[in-house]
Amino acid sequence: MGEKEMSAYHRPVPNTWWLKRTPYVLFMLRELTSIFVAGYCVFLLILVYKLTQGADAYGNFIDALKSPSSIALHFITLAFVLYHTITWFNLTPKILVLYKGEEQIPKALVAGVFYTGWVVVSIVVALLVLGM
Amino acid sequence: MAETIKLEIFRYRPEKESEPTFLTYEVPFLEDWVVLDAINHIKDEIDGTLSYRWSCQMGVCGSCGVMINGVPKLSCAAFLKDYYPDKIRVEPLTGFPVERDLISQIDDFMTKLTKIQPYIIRKRGEEKPLDEGEYLQTPAELARFKPYSMCINCMLCYAACPVYALDSTFIGPAAIALGQRYNMDSRDHGRSARQELIASHEGIWECTFVGECSAVCPKDVDPAAAIQRAKVSSTVDWFKDVLIPWGKKK
Repeated sequence: MGEKEMSAYHRPVPNTWWLKRTPYVLFMLRELTSIFVAGYCVFLLILVYKLTQGADAYGNFIDALKSPSSIALHFITLAFVLYHTITWFNLTPKILVLYKGEEQIPKALVAGVFYTGWVVVSIVVALLVLGM
Repeated sequence: MAETIKLEIFRYRPEKESEPTFLTYEVPFLEDWVVLDAINHIKDEIDGTLSYRWSCQMGVCGSCGVMINGVPKLSCAAFLKDYYPDKIRVEPLTGFPVERDLISQIDDFMTKLTKIQPYIIRKRGEEKPLDEGEYLQTPAELARFKPYSMCINCMLCYAACPVYALDSTFIGPAAIALGQRYNMDSRDHGRSARQELIASHEGIWECTFVGECSAVCPKDVDPAAAIQRAKVSSTVDWFKDVLIPWGKKK
């Protein structure tokens, strides 16, 4: 074994390995989305905290959110969160493998349930926010 | 003149060089040739010193896996016409040490495969004598694990896995998928014996679900799914242990 180990060539893995193929870039992008998801959760907590500080503090915070940079950041976050949701929903049927007898329940159907749930929740939230 | 295509081949001859080099060979381009045919042509007609593994030439033996333009593929299943007229770059499988030219050192995989115990384990005292015949199984029970049993140990999934390339202690896609194949087999009782390795840090928890192992698998085994499903069942085990510690089975 010793001699064999000595002669074998170990190829180094560069830090840029993930730039070499598109699937790896997309994977890294998916990993990156978690920062935006976590960031938005922190933002929502701050929003609730400001609410406890009284109407003025909350109002000022909401005004600050209307700045162009804040709106731009929200759009970027939205894009990443959408990418996060869609990639993970698409991966769900790999993990949630259901059978009816010998037949596997179609992957599209499993993912479809998640997408439907997403749409329903989004509609409910939209109705609440719009005060209908 | 007949059409030709160039192959840029990774060469490593430890007796004469300490670093690998690439040598370019020009071979005839034929519509029905795969990369393995071109490599065989080089070996037979141009440079007999080229070393590589191959056997069945029909995608069953799993010996001829190489990196073709950076993507792990069976060289017997990669057609030249899909790359023509561009040059094709052929390298040994990523993530493994290189023994010589296109030959990877696969001892690590073989050791891990053995450790995962990829065979039916029965509970002590529940093994039937041979004359009582086989353990029966319904088609529905077979369907649960059949896709995972199609693995040909070609190791393309390891070559596609950046986690394995960065940290070779990872048990890796094929070995875990094969463990899962037996765990899901209704005739098997060996899950707890495999669990120590599968649920270890070097096992399923090292996987970050890149998913490329499944994308490159020539047999549609979907090792990424096998690993994620093992994560779910290990998590369920953990919750059961914590919430109902008295319900522990021996």
